[in-house]
Amino acid sequence: MSVSGAEIMVKCLEKQGVKALFGYPGAAICPFYDALLQSSIHHVLVRQEQNAGHAASGYARASGEVGVCVVTSGPGATNLITAVASAYMDSIPIVAITGQVRSDLLGRDVFQEADITGACEPFTKHSYLVKQTADLPRVFREAFHIASTGRPGPVLIDVPVDVQQNRLERAGYPDKVDIIGYKPSVSGHAVQISRAAEAIQKAKRPVICAGGGVFSAGAVQALRRLVEQTGIPAVCTMMGIGALPTAHPLNLGMLGTHGLKGANAAIHGADLVILCGARVGDRAMAAPDQVAGHAKIIHIDIDPAEIGKNMPASIPIVGDLRLVLDKLGETLEAAHIRCPDDWVQTCQAGRVPYTRHFSTNLVNPKALIRLLSDRLEEDSILVADVGQNQIWSANHYQVKRGRFLTSGGMGTMGYSVPAAIGAKLACPGRQVVAVCGDGSFQMQMMELGTLCQEGLDVKIIVMTNHRLGMVRELQDKGYGGRQSGVNLSGSPDFIRLAAAYGIPSRRIVSDEEAPSALESLFSTDGPFLLECRVDEKEPSL
Amino acid sequence: MDQSMKTTLSVLVENHAGVLSKVVGLFSRRGFNIDSLAVGVTENPAISRITIVVAGGEYTVEQIEKQLNKVIPVIKVKRLAEGKYISRMLTFFKVSFAASRRSELMKIAELMSARIVDVSKSTLTLEFTDTAERTETLESLLRPYGIKEVVRTGAIAIEKGETVTRSQKRQRMDISESAL
Repeated sequence: MSVSGAEIMVKCLEKQGVKALFGYPGAAICPFYDALLQSSIHHVLVRQEQNAGHAASGYARASGEVGVCVVTSGPGATNLITAVASAYMDSIPIVAITGQVRSDLLGRDVFQEADITGACEPFTKHSYLVKQTADLPRVFREAFHIASTGRPGPVLIDVPVDVQQNRLERAGYPDKVDIIGYKPSVSGHAVQISRAAEAIQKAKRPVICAGGGVFSAGAVQALRRLVEQTGIPAVCTMMGIGALPTAHPLNLGMLGTHGLKGANAAIHGADLVILCGARVGDRAMAAPDQVAGHAKIIHIDIDPAEIGKNMPASIPIVGDLRLVLDKLGETLEAAHIRCPDDWVQTCQAGRVPYTRHFSTNLVNPKALIRLLSDRLEEDSILVADVGQNQIWSANHYQVKRGRFLTSGGMGTMGYSVPAAIGAKLACPGRQVVAVCGDGSFQMQMMELGTLCQEGLDVKIIVMTNHRLGMVRELQDKGYGGRQSGVNLSGSPDFIRLAAAYGIPSRRIVSDEEAPSALESLFSTDGPFLLECRVDEKEPSL
Repeated sequence: MDQSMKTTLSVLVENHAGVLSKVVGLFSRRGFNIDSLAVGVTENPAISRITIVVAGGEYTVEQIEKQLNKVIPVIKVKRLAEGKYISRMLTFFKVSFAASRRSELMKIAELMSARIVDVSKSTLTLEFTDTAERTETLESLLRPYGIKEVVRTGAIAIEKGETVTRSQKRQRMDISESAL
């Protein structure tokens, strides 16, 4: 009984425990789709390939497992690139499978041929162009291993259609992975950890900076233990939001260009900064050298290349954040180290969200996000899009035990709805809300179809101001107020659009209406779209 | 450290199609400058060695090492210590060979130990294997005679003494399989 490459691909996914995959078929991936009919893996048909990637990303982040997406060759594959690049920037483990033209035709520019492994080279942790059907099991086994270990990231598998069609007498799945050039180190160096402990002991004004690595390493508990045990205040990057509950007394909030004053003040006043799975991106720290000028830097990261890249580190620790924080915690506990009280008080005094006074008769988006937080269950997942809505959400969503998901590094508009679809499939028992603007919503509104087809209970909040608000704000500040290309007139009536999909919806134009609107949003089974009219001059902060 | 300083990296990679492009792409993407690059298979046919000479200060070289190490098929990256390795490049010089100056040119070739590998009515081709520095010396000596073409390889390098750059000596694991 022989087995086809396509059947092997499907069986490999089953072996990896894949339960759901997001995709869009085409000629070059048809053998795979045919074989998929024999599998219990749930396929979600998105409306554009990029969204298959974002959905896989949302799925991966909510489940902690590898997200999988599958598309065809040529335009299917190139459409996926933005999603792959977004996952790469945020270190999200996804495996992207692309169909490819027949291997004997590669390089001839045949119909729907694109060199996708070449095109994705800068955006993938690794990629494969599979030339032999017999290589498929090893490639799949390695791809899942590479995507999910070390610093997670996207892995691309490009499979020519004949490799999917060819048959083998038998195929087995390797029990182990052996890649000689890939051995990520996990346990931090003991000497470095004790040096870090010493530095913490000596520090008068220490601050922890939590990044997205806290989630990839499953270090939420470890971080919280360390913070509470030592009393060291913490700030977070956008990717690190929720690493500590927002209301935690030692959580100073998000730092950076769009962050909270108190968080930035703490980083700039610190004599020791402990970077935990944070890569010190420019949005988080505009002048890292300035900070490093007056503070010692302990940098803990699984990726050695991140240490010293954007900021010089006094004490580098390469390793899995959870393991390192656990060890660091043990060492510090033995030494009974507590952060000096006066510093903690100084930091806590700055814990006021910085909000510019702005009065409007329309909906105040910041107040709305706060109200939404109050109504959400403790473990809910909020997916913010990109633009002003992202900043409103980042600074005002109160994470308790849930998650805040967004495209942090790439800032990809159109992320929220597909990522929310992925998150909801991964966690059907948790509330999932996508927050976007009228700009970003229109980059993804075709996914309302996916939402309906899957019957998923995802709530969508669209902040409408008929502007590309973030750019408008930039033009106001940096370009003499000359607004160019930011007017969004011509947008459809979102309420009627939702109705066309059979999705219940409501539009509100004032804060007074917000409580009852949220009431209907949460009491409705299945998807709901809430449009909030926001002033076009509403600032991000 | 001087940004124009040269560092030689010996990089062992899996001998697969596409690995070189992963390495080269990394350099252009991250804005690193390659001075020269040479690739060839090692004593183990499954492994190739890429010798890269890069220009840049300590920060740049450290970043290059770290980024190279992240490329999955890169097995090992070794920065060769100054003065602890031997480096050579191969160069062909095609120079004008006017009858009146033949003996001078032959003298230079002899003096520099360059081999004459081809002669035509009006040209002479020299083969020269030496360090970058000596190659430059020869080039400057030949320039007055009229260099028509220069073809050179990237530098290759080997460590002095008993030290070797190789991957951990081991066979690939025999991996058991389970049924699909």
